[in-house]
Amino acid sequence: MKTKTKYRLLLAGLIMGVGLTGLAALSLGPVPLSFPLDSFQAKILFDLRLPRILLALMVGAALAVAGVLFQGLFRNPLADPYVLGTSSGAAFGATIAVFSGMNLRFFGLSARPLFAFGGALLATALVYSLGRSGRRPALTMMLLAGIAVGAFFSAMTSLLLFFRQQELAKIMFWMMGGFAYARWAEVRIVLPYLGGAFLYSWSLARQLNLLLLGEEKAHQLGLAVGDFQRRIVMTASVLVAAAVSVSGAIGFVGMVAPHIVRLLIGPDHRSLLPASALAGGLLLLVADTLARILLYPVELPVGVLTSFIGGPFFLYLLSLLQKGRSDWY
Amino acid sequence: MAGPILAVEGLSFSFGKRPVLADLNFTVPTGGFTGIVGPNGSGKTTLLKCLNKALPPTRGRITFMGQDLAGIKLRALARQIGVVPQQWETPFAFTVREVVMMGRFPYLRRWAGARQEDRAVVEEAMRATNTWMLADRLVTELSGGERQRVLIAQALAQTPCLLMLDEPTSYLDVNQTLEICTLLTNLIRTKGLTVLAVFHDLNLAARYCQRLIMLKEGRIYAQGAPEAVLSSPNVTAVFGVETVVGAEPFNGRPHLYFSLPQRKERSTNRRQERSSGAE
Repeated sequence: MKTKTKYRLLLAGLIMGVGLTGLAALSLGPVPLSFPLDSFQAKILFDLRLPRILLALMVGAALAVAGVLFQGLFRNPLADPYVLGTSSGAAFGATIAVFSGMNLRFFGLSARPLFAFGGALLATALVYSLGRSGRRPALTMMLLAGIAVGAFFSAMTSLLLFFRQQELAKIMFWMMGGFAYARWAEVRIVLPYLGGAFLYSWSLARQLNLLLLGEEKAHQLGLAVGDFQRRIVMTASVLVAAAVSVSGAIGFVGMVAPHIVRLLIGPDHRSLLPASALAGGLLLLVADTLARILLYPVELPVGVLTSFIGGPFFLYLLSLLQKGRSDWY
Repeated sequence: MAGPILAVEGLSFSFGKRPVLADLNFTVPTGGFTGIVGPNGSGKTTLLKCLNKALPPTRGRITFMGQDLAGIKLRALARQIGVVPQQWETPFAFTVREVVMMGRFPYLRRWAGARQEDRAVVEEAMRATNTWMLADRLVTELSGGERQRVLIAQALAQTPCLLMLDEPTSYLDVNQTLEICTLLTNLIRTKGLTVLAVFHDLNLAARYCQRLIMLKEGRIYAQGAPEAVLSSPNVTAVFGVETVVGAEPFNGRPHLYFSLPQRKERSTNRRQERSSGAE
């Protein structure tokens, strides 16, 4: 089958999946729905379940697109905002914004994503400058730097927890990730960042393809590599910051979704980016719906659930690498 | 006759404090095959990188087609200069056609797709390099020689007027080597292309190049016609091997025969030193 046909089929399948899962997620929950809806049911449906579903889709999409960007940047399919420590950096920034008790606003934007962006950018810049010893970003250096930077920022967040123990539940939320606080306000925070960053990344799809050939080759084909890489770091940080500032640090979506999409339609970013965004959204929506109903009436933090799936998946990819498989996708 | 395509004046390059290239002066004439030879570590690859703007010269000036190289934008440069690196691999499974199409990058607009013209150029480049039948294969599954030809196809898809190659034939067998060199020679004749290539194999350089630049320890030791540059004393001084120059039987180009200089005396001395040191 031609790649283009496969791509169209995949998009159609993903859109259908999102629609069906969305309907299921709307109807599932402690309050049963009956038609016609009374005002209480309508409130549950439109002010709780619907924004939560949209938020899960958007955060999943943002994380998957950020994952694609990082994987292109490091030329490595193991790169992911969570593994690289970017999410921990963003979570730390968001925590500071929340606990300094401010409702600071810059140009009508809430301070939380801005602080999260600062943390994400700092973490990514650190890992990126450490993780590329020599000419090629080395796998070991990237992973080790990611672990160190992630641990550092998590420790900083824990330190805040230590000083503000009365806010325990909220901090745990940042660290584990979840959608329990999802309302329309959160949807409005994420949407412009996700939309802008996604369109911008998509417009750079061809450049991202060149980068996969290696920095030297990309340069020879006319790409100003250093400048381009800085733009990618910024864009990915915006996406992670937007996602983390509304849902905390949710791991591995950014690795799993692009990996599956590449297996199906190949590495071309022009189709990889939109398909991964949809796949990431669907993945996180499924995970969040499961998190709501698995241990009903108790709700699992969705970050715990994605790490349950993502951890073994990461090990599986690592074992492929150990066997020296060079043809990833 | 047009002026030189490349003019290099006083070019020096250092990695930190380690000088790699020192005060190079040469020109590359437009059209024709120019070769760069020299032992490992003599700065051949670094020189090529300075010439395609991958490394900024520490001192000196490079003029490409009458313009200062430093002032030419990368994208514009990529329409004029195609580069084939010595070694290249990617873990991402693009098809051969996709990789060759990336050679059109400097011509494509941001949101626009490939035009009919781009597809035609890509097909021609692939047919010329004998990679058309590989079009739908994955680059991750190619042999070294196939990958090299795909890279040349990609560089040709840039429709450059100058093609730079860094040891283009190191992974090829003898048949593929001659085919690539013949292809380059044909492109020079039919399209007025200029080829600048680093050669490890001196006999290949002697056979195909009209001009040679011979480097030793980051300096130009000799330059000019292969017959003059690849003289027995030059090769002995630069590579440290004894050399007899003969004629290659097919078309009478110079052909070199090598032998290590007689070192019996010195190696005996060294052995004696080592044994005395152990006592």
